Amino acid sequence: MRAHETTHHVQFVPGSEFKRRAAEVVANPFLKKSFRGAMDFLMMKRAAQFPDPELLERQRDLAEHIRRYSLARLPELLEQLEVNLKKNGVQVHWAETPDEANAIILDICRRHDAKLMVKGKSMVSEEVELNHAMEAAGIDALESDMGEYIVQLAGEKPSHIIMPAIHKTKQQIAELFAEKVPGVSYTEDVDALIQIGRDVLRKKFMEAEVGLSGVNFAVAETGTICLVENEGNGRMCTTVPDVHIAITGIEKVVEKLEHVVPLYGLLTRSATGQAITTYFNVITGPRKPGEKDGPKEMHLVLVDNGRTQAFADEQLRQTLQCIRCGACMNHCPVYTRIGGHAYGTTYPGPIGKIVSPHMMGLGATHVLPGASTLCGACGEVCPVKIPIPDLLIRLREEATHEAKPGHAPMFGQGAGKTAFASFAFKGFAFLYSRPALYRLFTWAATRFRFLTPANQAGWTKSRTPLTPAKKSLRDLLAERSKH
Amino acid sequence: MSARENIFRKLRAATTAPLPSPDAAIAAHYASLPRTAQADLARVQLAKDFAEKITAWHAEVHIVPRSTWVDKLKEVVAAKGIASLLYAPATTHGKALAAAGVAGLKPYDQPIDGWKRELFENVDAAITGTRGAIAETGTMIVWPDADEPRLMSLVPPIHIALVDADTVVPTLYDAITQQKWSAGLPTNALLITGPSKTADIQQTLAYGAHGPKELIVLLLTGEDAQ
Ligand code: SF4
Repeated sequence: MRAHETTHHVQFVPGSEFKRRAAEVVANPFLKKSFRGAMDFLMMKRAAQFPDPELLERQRDLAEHIRRYSLARLPELLEQLEVNLKKNGVQVHWAETPDEANAIILDICRRHDAKLMVKGKSMVSEEVELNHAMEAAGIDALESDMGEYIVQLAGEKPSHIIMPAIHKTKQQIAELFAEKVPGVSYTEDVDALIQIGRDVLRKKFMEAEVGLSGVNFAVAETGTICLVENEGNGRMCTTVPDVHIAITGIEKVVEKLEHVVPLYGLLTRSATGQAITTYFNVITGPRKPGEKDGPKEMHLVLVDNGRTQAFADEQLRQTLQCIRCGACMNHCPVYTRIGGHAYGTTYPGPIGKIVSPHMMGLGATHVLPGASTLCGACGEVCPVKIPIPDLLIRLREEATHEAKPGHAPMFGQGAGKTAFASFAFKGFAFLYSRPALYRLFTWAATRFRFLTPANQAGWTKSRTPLTPAKKSLRDLLAERSKH
Repeated sequence: MSARENIFRKLRAATTAPLPSPDAAIAAHYASLPRTAQADLARVQLAKDFAEKITAWHAEVHIVPRSTWVDKLKEVVAAKGIASLLYAPATTHGKALAAAGVAGLKPYDQPIDGWKRELFENVDAAITGTRGAIAETGTMIVWPDADEPRLMSLVPPIHIALVDADTVVPTLYDAITQQKWSAGLPTNALLITGPSKTADIQQTLAYGAHGPKELIVLLLTGEDAQ
């Protein structure tokens, strides 16, 4: 591989940067309003799909069972999937890192002398930053999902895993199209804007040598991949070009087609409040002899990128249950406030906080688990019952402490440890373990509360200062028991 | 060591407690849903539910007797101004169309590689059969094969689909189990629920994103079920 091809840009997310980006969004009344409005809309639509809370609970239990069962048998199911895919004529590839995944895809493209790749929506391709790798090798990688197309045209990244362009207004999109698409004049009419995208992309579907897609579910027993979509661009990418490459994380496999049914039903209802999507695309191999269309060659790239690390630990393994519905971000007060870009990770919101540390290391992501109110909404709506708040607490611990003796450290473990926090917690432990000293401290703190500084470092930037209570809890309780 | 070996080594190193298969729980769940039994009357109800649901998904549904669907199709072709209608000449319905002399018929009889541009630019509509339909969600099961290829239900701006009312089942689970999908999947099985759509611009729904802008369903019934 030539040097300029190792183009994987690790998206480093220093803590200060996360805070700066978040602050920017909070200060932008327009973005604040658009995320709030969009999330309210999605929450309402989801709720309408689940009028019976008991039934919903049963469905979530079932979905959790299916995902946990699949993960408990992950190595076997992956082997079975590989065998059956090969039987169906699909070429199977394995990648431990983003660079490996990109090199595999690049190699396939080179063999076909590809100049243009059309892409269906694939978060894993965002995760490995495939577009950069293709661009560096002189191959056009064109996003064809309308939202992704808009975001790519604007030189941005998706701000939501289901609705990539949710941060943009139709006025902004109208301006973007008028500026970037040849021969197009400004229009705010949504149907007209979609028609513009349709016309541009239909030409590209015809031209492209390679189509790339993600995978929503991979079925081991039949050697099948399932794709969920409304637009039809996924079908275009998987049917029109001569070569179809699908890319997925290794956790997406289930045993049987029957196991997909409850998951699909919950995925669309949780994501956008739809009972079903327009298309459910079930692909079991490339074009067979005698068939008149479909790709002549089909590949599946199975990507690790930190998933085996999550898998190693029974608690953290639960992150792999995720079916990428986005409900946790739609219901997250922090996401709603700061939007998807502030996180700086491929997967924003609650799910991003629990998967990104495995993909990018805690060194790059240690501020994320802390950026949560632990309100619990994400865990309540998650269709596969991932206990996201518990996992956030666990990752906060991992981010700020060295690994315990006998435990393998996580990638970047302890990166968020700060001298001040260690000092503060040590100080607290010192006081708290000495009752007389502790009483003296609370006595002094409550008496001299007027001395508390009004400027308390980062805390007071957007909050009122903290002041000790007039009386300590211990005193209050003591008084109450006297009455 | 290869990436594959490393991945499997790491996965196998983890301790996993086996869990019982979810098969029985899944079957019990779908059996517990309120549903109409498979009696004849129930079949009519299932077809009605399907028609109602797929109409709500923006499809245009015509309920027609099996014996006269070609006449209905001619009406639709005239009403929509369809000048070029792609069809599958080797299928039963394809033969019926050809025999009836429907105007503008274009057979899909050669591999796409030689006429991609023509398909994208010069075909107004395509007509396909279906393998069945799902009442719960208003969904058609499309089962492309060598005779009736995949792109027919995707590229032309109008997709006309024939659904036999007797093939409507309550849920996707019923379809997969009763029709034994796992025993023989085609290259590309499809569930289709309405025309192509997107809400990617300000959550505003727009039809005809990349696939058909219109979906027209001819729901074929016995003479008496009108
Ligand atoms: S964690 Fe749960 S709610 Fe969030 S995207 Fe994954 S499945 Fe959906």
